[in-house]
Amino acid sequence: MSTSTNADLGLPTLRSGTELVPAVEEGTTQTAKEFSSDQEVRWCPGCGDYAVLKAVQSFLPDLGLRRENIVFVSGIGCSSRFPYYLDTFGMHSIHGRAPSIATGLATAREDLSVWVVTGDGDALSIGGNHLIHALRRNVNMTILLFNNRIYGLTKGQYSPTSEVGKITKSTPVGSVDHPFNPISLALGAEGTFVARTIDSDRKHLTAVLAAAAAHRGTSLVEIYQNCPIFNDGAFDAIKGPEAADHLLRLEPGVEVTVNGRTWAHDPTAVDPGDQFAISRLGETAGPLGHGGPIPIGIFRQVERPTYDDLARGQVAHAQAGVSGSPDDRLTALLRAGDTWNVG
Amino acid sequence: MSQTKEVKQLDRVIIRFAGDSGDGMQLTGDRFTQESAVFGNDLVTLPNFPAEIRAPQGTLPGVSSFQIHFADHDILTAGDRPDVLVAMNPAALRANLAELPKGATIIVDTHDFTKRNLDKAGYDANPLDALGEAGSALAEFQVHALDLTGMTVEAVKEFGLSRKDAGRAKNMFALGLLSWMYGRPTEPTVAFLERKFAKAAAIRDANVTAFKAGWNFGETTETFVVQYEVKPAVLPSGTYRNITGNLALAYGLVAAGVRSGLPIMLGTYPITPASDILHELSKHKAFGITTFQAEDEIAGIGAAIGASFGGALGVTSTSGPGIALKSEAIGLAVMTELPLIVIDVQRGGPSTGLPTKTEQADLLQAMYGRNGEAPVPIVAPQSPGDCFAAAVEAARIAVTYRTPVMLLSDGYLANGSEPWQIPSIEDLPTIDPAFATAPNHVSAKSAAEGSSEPDEFWPYLRDPETLARPWAVPGTAGLEHRIGGLEKADGHGNISYDPANHDLMVRTRQAKIERIADSLPPLQVEDPSGEARVLVIGWGSTYGPIGAAARRVRRAGYKVATTHLRHLNPLPKDLGDILRSYDKVLVPEMNLGQLSKMLRAEYLVDAIGYNHVRGLPLKAAELAEAIGNLVGEAEGIDVDLGEHGLNLPSDHEEAPTR
Repeated sequence: MSTSTNADLGLPTLRSGTELVPAVEEGTTQTAKEFSSDQEVRWCPGCGDYAVLKAVQSFLPDLGLRRENIVFVSGIGCSSRFPYYLDTFGMHSIHGRAPSIATGLATAREDLSVWVVTGDGDALSIGGNHLIHALRRNVNMTILLFNNRIYGLTKGQYSPTSEVGKITKSTPVGSVDHPFNPISLALGAEGTFVARTIDSDRKHLTAVLAAAAAHRGTSLVEIYQNCPIFNDGAFDAIKGPEAADHLLRLEPGVEVTVNGRTWAHDPTAVDPGDQFAISRLGETAGPLGHGGPIPIGIFRQVERPTYDDLARGQVAHAQAGVSGSPDDRLTALLRAGDTWNVG
Repeated sequence: MSQTKEVKQLDRVIIRFAGDSGDGMQLTGDRFTQESAVFGNDLVTLPNFPAEIRAPQGTLPGVSSFQIHFADHDILTAGDRPDVLVAMNPAALRANLAELPKGATIIVDTHDFTKRNLDKAGYDANPLDALGEAGSALAEFQVHALDLTGMTVEAVKEFGLSRKDAGRAKNMFALGLLSWMYGRPTEPTVAFLERKFAKAAAIRDANVTAFKAGWNFGETTETFVVQYEVKPAVLPSGTYRNITGNLALAYGLVAAGVRSGLPIMLGTYPITPASDILHELSKHKAFGITTFQAEDEIAGIGAAIGASFGGALGVTSTSGPGIALKSEAIGLAVMTELPLIVIDVQRGGPSTGLPTKTEQADLLQAMYGRNGEAPVPIVAPQSPGDCFAAAVEAARIAVTYRTPVMLLSDGYLANGSEPWQIPSIEDLPTIDPAFATAPNHVSAKSAAEGSSEPDEFWPYLRDPETLARPWAVPGTAGLEHRIGGLEKADGHGNISYDPANHDLMVRTRQAKIERIADSLPPLQVEDPSGEARVLVIGWGSTYGPIGAAARRVRRAGYKVATTHLRHLNPLPKDLGDILRSYDKVLVPEMNLGQLSKMLRAEYLVDAIGYNHVRGLPLKAAELAEAIGNLVGEAEGIDVDLGEHGLNLPSDHEEAPTR
């Protein structure tokens, strides 16, 4: 999997998402076990979350970062239990708000690798606002969006990514809402790193995670994840023996055909138009459903200054010009302007 | 030139500048305030403006006013009723007339008294036409009907402005005239105008000229025969500045950052009347302050919580509607026990309510407005300048006890101003973040091996004195841990559904907040006679009206005690004994009795409410009558406040008994 350098854009060398995060001492190797907490994992047997957790625990040592400088923040939902199972810093927060908490954390601390774990309900329903604004601001964090197209923790209602006509506990005669395509949404919000992968494809998943972590800015990784209890087999078509017929593995330069037009995929293209067109592949509902294979891989990876770097830059710039102790500067502030003395 | 005008001494004056929203009345009031502050008077101001940015011109809802009370002694309120009304159009006259006492002076700009504007204000006939006629609407007042706009246009014609632009300087003409009447220093305003309009020479010159022309008009015209003098006030010695509540609150947060050594992260969403806190803090990046204008109220507090988890002092600022949206996140901060300051600049409610008007009706929301048992300390400032100390106190509690703290200001404190004695920095408390740096617990394995060396980190192991948990920030090796909204097991902090543990944790979180009372000074009770049988207790911005009302009652010869709460949760430890030592307890509030309810519930005392929700501060004279009646009841005597009550010819606040 490419971790594009974007050199062809004529932009300055890409800054890494983890360049300010302290690394482990040279020669030190970390193991997946060190990244596993002592808490018993409590997802349903067969849940796709196990595979993602294993992949993440195995992948994190490869980052070579100090474990105490990694933070996982989650919202509410099955996948949001994720932080409890990693021996890093973590916060299991409230429904939909993880991106906002991660925004404050990533802005306050440049030396952290910040990860958000969320689901289709958490990120796209109750927390939709925070997701699009995180993407627009391009805060340096990686968002893992576990999409199982169902509400699991509340026991089986349809989600904002469920297909039209979904029969669930809350929609006994079929859901009538048009679903979100998370990739299309993220591209529309001008996300700078937008990718999709599958829980069962460890190799692909790990490669996408590595590229996402290396990206400076908000990386959105949609992970197709199977819920064996309430929406089993949702992604069977792209997992079974005939998966190759239903999958489009995106790589830079791969030929893609949408609506009869063919071009070479370029995730570094600044104009997201073609990337958006690719994101509609595999969709069958609505006027933008073009059918065809389901694309996985990196749709978009472009450089844009991050909110947190710019915000810290403004503070640093303001601080560069000051002299005197904080107490003295506070005194000067309080006494600025019109004052008068009594007695 | 008339150099022989009489100079009359006054001990205090209340002036209200009123005009259309676009007439610049807030600026005029601000300038008069600065002049009076520099002159050395004590003062209190009350801006009162519509929520609309440009309300329909010339209408009653479009009237904007600014009241200033200034005196040669210490005063507590902006005054109930103005001695002088400056009315720039018919609507401003009509909207304010009912609040003037008999004999008040009215300076009115006749320029806008056209048929069209009189209609808009609801006048069938021009009230100025009937001046001097007995029984006319203005008969009881001293009215100076002057073409202020016409004189302004004439004075600034050399600058080549359009008639409309020239007329805009009429507020400076009015300011000049009033500045002459009360002998205000003019240099600060001239300097201010030169600064403000530095890039527009013609407008700068027009404003300065109009200001000076207004002054000169007062000095030369036969219309005004008396100039007034209000001598500087005798206040405790020190350096003073004039300050609004929102500015003082923002400075208090800057000070909290300096005194704790913590960077500050304000996560917020603009809302009236709290936005000025964001505006101010955004200027102070050099103090390590980051301001984050979020996509909504929830993201504002979310970012603040995230920053606090990262070791900054997270702050979020809003008004009542925003608190409603933040409630779930406040609960998360209660559960995760992270320092956080939640600022509620209260305004009239419910729902959108009265965005630009004041109220105290969020007390119970601050106290109880969350799911589950979620205790949050509450700190309330009592005057605009006091917002500074209250913010520092909120930070002390938040950091020391690892808890969200509600800082309850209100619209009156936020926009009102007063002279503020600038504190010396050494007198401010230092706040120790005391970050955890090392493991704090001996693992079972090590203990079994006989080791007593801590080798693991328990995020919910508490300080035995404060019950605060350790604040261990990411980046600290060996202290990796997970927190969240699910119930924690006591000590190690892992998820726990154990019934007994939940009961323990609910009680422990409550006990931690109650422990804060150990750090509070004894409550100050003011009772000059020492024999009062009635106690008046308040919180927040009613401090001024309560103090002023009590002074009236005491001047009339009656006994009353007062006390004021800075801490609403936990309540001071000695409050119960204090309440029980009086026969009657009166609780004036700008709500329907929220503190009364708390006091009744907590102490089983018969707290009597005095409640107004008019979007304005309580009026001292009315409150004095209510206190007087209660004193009468308590002591079995007839109480007549006489000239100190509502029947004052000019409705002045009383000076303190010396």
